Amino acid sequence: MSKVLMKGNEAIAEAAIAAGCVYFFGYPITPQTEVAEYMAKRLPKVSGLCLQAESEVAAINMLMGASAAGTRAMTSSSSPGVSLKSEGISYIAGCDLPCLVVNVQRGGPGLGGIQPSQQDYYQATRGVGHGDLRLIVLAPSSVQEMASLTAEAFDLADTYRMPAMLLADGALGQMMEPVDFSVFPKRELPEKTWATNGTKGERKKNIVNSLFIDPNELEDSIRARYERYAKVEADEVRYEEYMTDDADIILVAFGITARIAKSAIADTRKEGIKAGLLRPITLWPFPKKKLGELADTAKVFLSVEMSMGQMVDDVRLAVNGKRPVHFFGRTGGIIPSVEEVAAEIRKLAQAY
Amino acid sequence: MDNTQLRNLSIVAGHYGAGKTNFAVNLAIWAKTVFPGLPVHAADLDIVNPYFRTADAVPLLREHGIDPLIPAFANTNVDIPSLPPRMRGLIGSKNDVTIVDVGGDDGSVALGMYRQAILEAGYSLFYVVNRFRPLIADPEDAVGCMIEIERACGLRCTALVNNSNLGAETTEKDIVDCVEYGRECARRCGIPLFCHVWCPEYAPDTPLFMEKGGYAEEPLFPIVNATKRLF
Repeated sequence: MSKVLMKGNEAIAEAAIAAGCVYFFGYPITPQTEVAEYMAKRLPKVSGLCLQAESEVAAINMLMGASAAGTRAMTSSSSPGVSLKSEGISYIAGCDLPCLVVNVQRGGPGLGGIQPSQQDYYQATRGVGHGDLRLIVLAPSSVQEMASLTAEAFDLADTYRMPAMLLADGALGQMMEPVDFSVFPKRELPEKTWATNGTKGERKKNIVNSLFIDPNELEDSIRARYERYAKVEADEVRYEEYMTDDADIILVAFGITARIAKSAIADTRKEGIKAGLLRPITLWPFPKKKLGELADTAKVFLSVEMSMGQMVDDVRLAVNGKRPVHFFGRTGGIIPSVEEVAAEIRKLAQAY
Repeated sequence: MDNTQLRNLSIVAGHYGAGKTNFAVNLAIWAKTVFPGLPVHAADLDIVNPYFRTADAVPLLREHGIDPLIPAFANTNVDIPSLPPRMRGLIGSKNDVTIVDVGGDDGSVALGMYRQAILEAGYSLFYVVNRFRPLIADPEDAVGCMIEIERACGLRCTALVNNSNLGAETTEKDIVDCVEYGRECARRCGIPLFCHVWCPEYAPDTPLFMEKGGYAEEPLFPIVNATKRLF
């Protein structure tokens, strides 16, 4: 039996275990709790450890320790919980440690609600912690991708020695779809020569640290990190195109919203409207080059999000004034309907 | 199908994601034909899943003349199993048929608040399994899950529902391939196999495939898909 039926949250957990993750540190929060629940059941069976910490802050610092020791480890939470983890994420980035942080987004700000949202785009791509830092941010759009991008996130984190984030939402976390775990490619990964896993008297001791007494040293370390970031931007941009070849109207949407956009595009294509979709799979690095190219042929862009408009800023930067960029979104836990998005497409078709 | 398995109070439980809600909604629709003349109620006691639940199927239930009993705050941010008070009155009523959809695994603990009344009234408890759900794909694990549910609600499962499916991707072959799984789960759980579920929308030729596979006598339960569609 190659396929199984899973919730998105379970698919993340199973994919992580299949990818060799042996430590999970978390704290329950709807709508991601099934990740921890699944880990609690499965990890002990593969000699791993699932630990419910006393808080999100504790969990992220445990993750830093496990990662420093060279193991594959992760944490998961939902929006307010990720805010609590932000200090730790910054430390992990400052220590050049690879790990996976999952955010199954819910409505905010504050305690917000438990329904799905994409309101943490800014947080994930801009302000996930203090300091000059980036995360590799992957945005799955199906339960299959919840699994495949989890595996990919671990590999990317190891390759570039930096934390990666899987930015999902409550709908993807809760919905069920068939998943095939037999199709993930394996990367060649660098050896973790920096890990603090015991010298055995054979090498000098490794130090994992984000504190620098001399600002020149700190600047050097940041510049070296940014050289790696530049390589990520050059080599690791991922996106999906849907009917963009002849499109006058390009929708840009990620995650669950991209699937709604696809349905709306298919509906309006029947009416002769040439719409297409660019779905960023990596939110950082953002597919800005591709969007810039599309701006040469398309007439107008429409960013569709479950927020008041966050990714639209990146779309505008990428399009760079060549074409108008519009926005449509629902927020607070409301999922836009196919009809609403189709209506926005029709409006643009009339105007341009 | 053995009609006698359906009683005035019929409860649906199972591992989360096995397809309880879909089955419960369809069981309520079927109950209208088994008990013509009696009002049928469908109660949503799911405290585990705030996203996909019976409350989503209210229009479908009303269309079939079924009375939905849903928590006052279903699908909001204060979703708790606060069923209307008339739920209590339905337990033990011989003039009503009530189908109760409870939450997965330990979610069935919410059922415990009615336990004494349910024991006095008599009940059926359908235990739903699905071989495509990894944590109950092994019949032995399905038994473990059943025991967990029975412990949480203090009631005994009375019949097994084999709802092995891959959602919209389910094929006729998938259903035939899972017949032995359903039988084995029922045998190990020590309860009768009530039915194998199939969705004509996704696998229209299931009866034909079952016959060809030598399973012509197996009880088949057709359902309409009642799961909320997001896009």
